[in-house]
Parts: sequence; C-alpha cells; structure tokens
Amino acid sequence: MNPLRALLALIVFPGLLYALPMGWLMLGSERRIVARLQGRIGPPLSQAFYDFVKLLAKWPVARTRQDALLFTILPLLALGSSLGALALLPVLAPTGSPPGDLVLFVGLMEMAPLCAILAGFASRSIYGEVGATREAFLGISSNVPFLAALLALAYASNSLDLARIVRLAPWAVRAPALLAILCCLPVKLRINPFSVANAEQEILAGPLTEFSGPRLALWELAHAMEWVTLCGLVAVLLVPLHRLSQPVGALAFILASFALVPLLATLAAATARLKLAQATRFLWRWAALASAIAFATAMASRFWRA
Amino acid sequence: MGTLENPVLRLVDRARRRSAWLYHFNAGACNGCDIELVACLTPRYDVEQLGIRLEGSPRHADILCVTGPVTRSTREALTIIHAQIPDPKVVVAIGSCPATCNVFAGSPMIAGPVDQVIPVDVYIAGCPPRPHSIIQGIAQAIEILVARKETGR
Repeated sequence: MNPLRALLALIVFPGLLYALPMGWLMLGSERRIVARLQGRIGPPLSQAFYDFVKLLAKWPVARTRQDALLFTILPLLALGSSLGALALLPVLAPTGSPPGDLVLFVGLMEMAPLCAILAGFASRSIYGEVGATREAFLGISSNVPFLAALLALAYASNSLDLARIVRLAPWAVRAPALLAILCCLPVKLRINPFSVANAEQEILAGPLTEFSGPRLALWELAHAMEWVTLCGLVAVLLVPLHRLSQPVGALAFILASFALVPLLATLAAATARLKLAQATRFLWRWAALASAIAFATAMASRFWRA
Repeated sequence: MGTLENPVLRLVDRARRRSAWLYHFNAGACNGCDIELVACLTPRYDVEQLGIRLEGSPRHADILCVTGPVTRSTREALTIIHAQIPDPKVVVAIGSCPATCNVFAGSPMIAGPVDQVIPVDVYIAGCPPRPHSIIQGIAQAIEILVARKETGR
C-alpha cells in the first residue's frame, strides 16, 4: 500500500469523510430504533450531530494545566486510533494492504477502551474509577474471545494480513469466529445488556463523568468511530467484497455495516443491564465457546490441507 | 460578527435548541415532582424527540432541574453542582417547593427557596406540576439557553 493510498483510506474512504456522517447516523438511528421499539417517537436521525455541535460550543469547566492536557489527549488518542483501525479495513484495496496489518488493527482497536479506562482513573472521581474498573474487567473478558476469533481466522488463512484473511478464511472457521465477534460487539459498544461500564444514572456516566464540553464531544465522536469500525469489521468478514467491483463493493460494505444497527438496537431495547459478574460469565461461557469452535475448525482445516 | 461567522453561530443556536441535556437535583423534595419529571421521558410525553436527555453527570448538562425546598444539608451540594455545570446553563425550579418552600416553610431544617442559593431562570408552578407544564417550562428554558451569549467565567 503506497502512502498516498493509505492517506486516502484514512481521510476519504473508509476513513474520516465516510466515518463522520456514518457514525452520527448510526448513533442517531440506534436511539431512534430503541425509541420506536419502546413505543416512543424518538430523536431525529441527526441527533448525534447536533449533540456534537452543542458540546463543542460549550465552555469547558476550568481545570489545572496537567488535567486539561491529559483530558484532551486521551479522547484525541481514542478518536485517532479508532479512525486508523477503520482505515486498515480492506474495503477498496483488497490486495494492497501492508503485511501483518492484523496486529496493527488489533492494537489500534484496543486503544479507545484503554484510553477510556485511563480517563476514568485520571478523573479521580469515584464514579469514574468504578466505571474504569468495570470497563477493564469487561475489556479482558471480551478480548479473549474476540482476539481468539481473529487468531483462528489468521491461522486458518495462514496469514496476518487482513486482506488475505478476508479472502481466504474458510466458512467453517469464519462462521463461529463471526459469532464470537458478534457476541463481543455489544460489549465493545457498551450498549444495553452490557452497558455495565458507562451505566448511566447508576454510576452517573462511568469513566466520562468528569468530562465536559468539547472534550466530551471528542469522546462522543470516538464512540461513533468505534461503531463504524466494529460494524465495518463484521461487514468485511461477512460480505465477499473482493469478488465485487470497487463501487459495488463499497456500497455493499456500507449497507452491511448499517444493517447491524437495527440488530444491536433491538438487543439494546429488549434487554436490561446485566451485573458485571453476569456479563463476564456470558462472555467466558458462550463467546469463548464460539471462538474455541473457530479455533478447532481452523486447526482441522489446516490439518486436512496439509 | 462577520458574515463568515454567521452560519456557524446559526448552527450552534440550532444545535443548542435541539439538544438540551438535563441534570436533575433533588434538594429535599417529597419525590412527587421527581416522578412527574421522569414521566416526561415515558412514551406518553417522550421529550427525547426534542433531543432532551436526562444526564447522570452535572458536567454533561445544560439545564439544572431543581425539585424541593433547599434543606440545610443540600445547600452546599446545590452550589457545588451548579458550579460544575459548564456555561451556558439555565436553572429550572420544578414545583412550588423550590419557589416558596411550600408546606415546609418555617421548618428549622429548611435553608430557604432555591433562588436564595443559586439564580433561577424558570419557575414551574404546581404541587406537583403536570408533565405538560414541565415540558412547557423546559421549552422556555431552552429559549433562554439559546439566547444566553455569556462566555464562561
């Protein structure tokens, strides 16, 4: 992948220019679908955009210089790394990805939750600390099946390149791996049965309790980017984009990413918040089982091929 | 303001009008007004269609909703919470208690009505007020919020 192409991926598609409106649309439609399922009318689809502008135009509460620096850098880091992970998804250039980009993708993907944990502890608010602890627990529990599923895919296709994995992973491995990733999706997006870390009202606002104004706006944006990236990952694994021509492939990617939003919103509207122990038990039991099946079939497929 | 800035300012006004986040502070209410405020979020009244959201943290809020008379033990908490809300902000007093102390007036436990502790912009009358009047009061508060051009501290 040449630098110009990488820059285009970061800024135009599937990066910033696509991800900003898509992220706002995903957040807005999630809230609207949840409202409709609860028998309400719900906010307009553009709600997340207006929330962002309003937060940006607020005056932040005065802070000491170190706090202000930390509180600005953490959301920026979360935002930038989620965007970088999104740009690595093999959507438009199914062959020309940098070697071993799965490792980079996973690293960038994990930055945003890590920044949220740091932000919670750095705020020194009791609610922030409780939220950060919960986020860390859930992060460990969801990452074991999530990373195991990605590793099973990499093992089955004998490569650490995202583009090769997407092209070569056999469906016997891909289906259970997708199941494990789908189990981890609501955990990573912190939506309802797994909204343990940000638990609104219960522990105020979790790790982001002490953030206000433009800094909170950056967090909201980083959260929107996480939506686009994680839904994009599922879309890339689900739809054989490399068989389609570029514009059709891009359209299929967008539609498949967006199709996940109603599913997640239905789940969020239909369930109540779990306890931390229940959420981790679910992940260690069922998501880990799916990723274990993915790993077993990956080893079997390697064995038969050899 | 130059002509270049005008569309941006108009967008900010529009955004403030469409996304008011509330923080609910019970200064010593009997829970009657609190129930009516939460009723505004239910399917029957659904204030979320106006972009209104009940936030857990005062740092995220635009509008501070106070219910109940200020007691001696909540007085300091109320001033701290009010200071924690970033500018521009509006204070709404819901019910008769925050305006006049209502039946609690004269009690040795009561520090006084809310406007003796923090400045109040909108009073909503009633004991408790109906959800309709609360929504009307919040809508009035949003207009004050949009018009408020003061810039931080």
